[in-house]
Amino acid sequence: MADTGQEKDNRKIKSVGKMKEIMTTYYIDAKTALQTGKKVAWITSGGPVEPLIAMDVIPVYPENYGAMIGAAKMGGDLCQKAEELGYSGDLCSYARADIVCSMVDGGPIGGLPKPDMLICCNNICGTVLKWYEIQARYYNVPLFILDTPFCHTEYADEARKYVRRQIDEYTAFLEGVCKKKFDHDRMKEVGQLSVEGQKLWQEVLDTAMNKPSPMTCFDAFFHLALIVTLRGTQIAVDYYRSLLEEMKQRVANGISAIPNEKYRLLWDNLPIWYRVKWMSEKFAAHDACLVADTYTSAWCGQLKYMDENNFLDSMAEGYTRIYLNIGVDEMIKIVLEMVDRYDVDGFVMHSNRSCKPYSLGQYDIQRAVQKERGIPSVMIESHMIDERSFSESQAETRIDAFMEMIEQKG
Amino acid sequence: MPEKSIQKTDDSCAVICYEFFAWLCVWKGEKGVGMEKLSDFYEAVSDTGNYIRKLKDKGKKVLGYFCSYTPEEIILAAGIHPVRLFGTKGNITLADAHLQSYACSLARGALEDALSGKLDFLDGTVFPHTCDTIQRLSDIWRLNTDFGFFADVVLPVKLNTESAKEYMKDVLQRFRSDLEKGMGVTITDRALEESIEKYNRIRGCLKTIYELRSADPGILTGSDLHAIVKGSMIMDRDYLLGRLPEVIEMLKGKGHSTDTGRKRIILTGSICDHPDIYTIIEKSGGVVVWDDLCTGSRYFEGLTGTDGDPVTAIANRYIERQICPAKHISNTARGDGIVEIVRKNNVQGVIFLLLKFCDPHNFDYPYMKEFLDREDVPSMLLEIEDQLPSEGQLMTRFETFIHIL
Repeated sequence: MADTGQEKDNRKIKSVGKMKEIMTTYYIDAKTALQTGKKVAWITSGGPVEPLIAMDVIPVYPENYGAMIGAAKMGGDLCQKAEELGYSGDLCSYARADIVCSMVDGGPIGGLPKPDMLICCNNICGTVLKWYEIQARYYNVPLFILDTPFCHTEYADEARKYVRRQIDEYTAFLEGVCKKKFDHDRMKEVGQLSVEGQKLWQEVLDTAMNKPSPMTCFDAFFHLALIVTLRGTQIAVDYYRSLLEEMKQRVANGISAIPNEKYRLLWDNLPIWYRVKWMSEKFAAHDACLVADTYTSAWCGQLKYMDENNFLDSMAEGYTRIYLNIGVDEMIKIVLEMVDRYDVDGFVMHSNRSCKPYSLGQYDIQRAVQKERGIPSVMIESHMIDERSFSESQAETRIDAFMEMIEQKG
Repeated sequence: MPEKSIQKTDDSCAVICYEFFAWLCVWKGEKGVGMEKLSDFYEAVSDTGNYIRKLKDKGKKVLGYFCSYTPEEIILAAGIHPVRLFGTKGNITLADAHLQSYACSLARGALEDALSGKLDFLDGTVFPHTCDTIQRLSDIWRLNTDFGFFADVVLPVKLNTESAKEYMKDVLQRFRSDLEKGMGVTITDRALEESIEKYNRIRGCLKTIYELRSADPGILTGSDLHAIVKGSMIMDRDYLLGRLPEVIEMLKGKGHSTDTGRKRIILTGSICDHPDIYTIIEKSGGVVVWDDLCTGSRYFEGLTGTDGDPVTAIANRYIERQICPAKHISNTARGDGIVEIVRKNNVQGVIFLLLKFCDPHNFDYPYMKEFLDREDVPSMLLEIEDQLPSEGQLMTRFETFIHIL
C-alpha cells in the first residue's frame, strides 16, 4: 500500500520537535556549565543519575553521545582513529569513539563538556570500568565506581549490603566534589520524579501493544534519550506525559507507525545506530513493525524494585538487577514475557560485537524463544556505531529470508 | 614423530605439542633442566585428562576453575582437587552454537571441552567473576552442562574500599558454605589454615623458581618453566609440596650458565598457554625472565597471612596482589606494576601477549605501552587467537623486536 503524502505526514510523531528542543537546551546547558558555575559529571547509561540531579550536577552521557556519533555516521572514522592510538578494533565502538573525541578531537556538537567527575556503574558491562579509568587518567578528575555484583541467579544478601553501602559512599563522594551537603529533601523529590518518568516511559512503550502499533522500536530508540539523560527531572516527566498523550491519540485515530502492519517483531540489543532509518524502511517494506525491544525497556524494567518513597534504598536493588546484570535464563524469561505482551511474530537479534554482555548468550536465548514460542528469528551482526563493520547486503539477504519465513507462516 | 602416539590418546594435539618441544629442545641443545627431569610436569600438562583421571581413581573429587581469583585454598581445604581449565585449541564446533566468534579463544575452547565430554572428570566448576565474557560463559555453562557442583563467586570489581573488602570476605565465606552444602563436606578453620600454608609454600616455590631464573635465565628453558607453572595448577598439590623444592634444588645445583647474551624479555597479558612462544623467543635471541600473566606471576605473587581469620586472609591477598585488568584498585595500578617488574628484573623489552577479543587487556594496552615508552622500554604487541601464527612468522617478528633492544 502506497504511503500518500498526507498519510505519511500524519504518521510522523509530532513530539519529535519538542524532544530535539529539549536535547539542544540540555547540551547547551552542559556545554556552558563552566560559565554558569555548575559541575559536570560523566555517567554511564545504567548509572544512578538521581543523586547528581539532587546535587544540581549536570549529568553527561558518553553513551548518548556515542549514539549521536553513530547516527551521524561519524563512528567509523573515530573508531579508526582509536585504533591508531592502540585501541583494538574489537573493543566497544562507543568507548573507542568517545576516547578519541576526548584525546584527539572530532565528533558532533564540538565534543562533550569536560567532566568534573566520573560516575561509573558496572551494571551494564565491564567495559565502562576500563573506559572510565582511561577518562579518569586523561582528565585527572575523581572517579566513583558503583560496583553492582552480577546477579547470575539471585541478588545475594551480601551483594545487597555491599551496594547499599556504596550508595552512601556515592553521596559522600558527591558532597566532597561539590563541597556541599547532600540534600535529602531534594533527593526525595528527584526520586519520585524518576519513578514517575520511568512509569510513563513504560506506558509509552506499552502503547505498542495496540494493533496496529502507534510506534516502532526505532521511534523508541529516539525518544529514549530523555529517560536516559534527564531521568529524575520534571522535564522528562512532562515530555513523556505529552508523548503518551500523542500515542494514545494516534491509537484513537487509528494512526499506525507503518502503513500496513501485518507482522509484529521484537528487537534485541542496542540499535545499529548508523542504519536505523534503513532498517526501519526495510522492515516496513515487508509490512513488519518492530513493536518492542529489550533495549529501551531496560530503563523501566526495574520498576518492580523501586520504591519512590524510599528511593535511595530501593535504587540499590533496582540498579543492580537491570536487564544486562542478570543471568541468561532470567533474560529468557523477560524476552518470553515480551513476546507474549506485544504479541510478536518474529525476533530480530542484533549480535553486537561492541557489547559482549548483551550479545554472548544470544544463541541460547534464540533457541529458547524458538522452542517455547515457535517463532522465527534472525541474527544480524555489527558494531553498533562502527559502520565499517556492517555488511548491508548480508543483512538484507538475512532479513529477506527471515521475512519470507514469517510470511509463509502467515 | 611416531604416528602411533597420535592414536594413543584422544588428546593428540597435546601429544604433538609435547613431542614438538622435546624435539625442539634436542634440536637446539638447550641448556635447561630438560624434559626427562621434569617429565612429571610435562605429562600432566600434555594430557591433563589422563592425569586427573588417575587422581580420581584414588578417590579424589575434582573442581575445574578459570582464573587466578579462584579461592583454591577453600577448595583444597574441602579435600577437593582444583584444576585450572585452559580450553582446547582449534576445532571449535559445539561451542559455536553458544558463543559468537568474537568471544575469546579461552571461553570458546573451554566450552568446547565441556560440551565434547573432554572434561567428564569434573565434579563441578567454579566461576569467579572477572570479565564480561567469562560472566556470560558462566551462564551458558550452567545452562548447558552438568558436572554436579556449580558456583559463581561474584567477587567485587573494585578492591580499594572498606565495603569492597567486607564484601570480598562475605563472598568467600558464602563460597565456603556453598561448597560445604554442594559437596557434602565440612571446611574447618583448621583445614583452611593448613590449605593456606600449603599454597603459601607452593606459591613461594614458584616465585623462587622465577627468581632463580631471572638471575640466571640459562638454568631453565621457558617451555620448562611453562610446564612447571601450568603443572602446578593441574597436579596434586601435596605432590607439588615435595616436588617443587626438588626442582629448586636441581636449579641451584646447576651453577652459572654461560648463556648471558640473550635479551631480557617479559610477557604481559592474560593467559599464556602456548609454550612455543618461549621457545621461539629463545631461538630469536631473547629470554623471558618474568611475566605479568594470570597463568604466571599473578598466580603466585603475594602470600596469604597466617594470623587471624583464614577467609579474611585469603580476601586480603586478592586485594594486595597485582591486579587483573577486570578489577580496579587505582587508575594506574597496572601501568605502575609493569614498570616495577621491568625495573626489578632488569628487563630490556616487553611483549604484550593479548588474546584476541580480550577487552580488559586490550583497553589497558595503550596506556601501559605509554608508561613503558616513558621509561624507554620498547614493547611489542602480539595478539593471539586459539592458534599461534606460524613459527617462521613469529620468529621474524620476535627477531625484529629483539634486534632493536
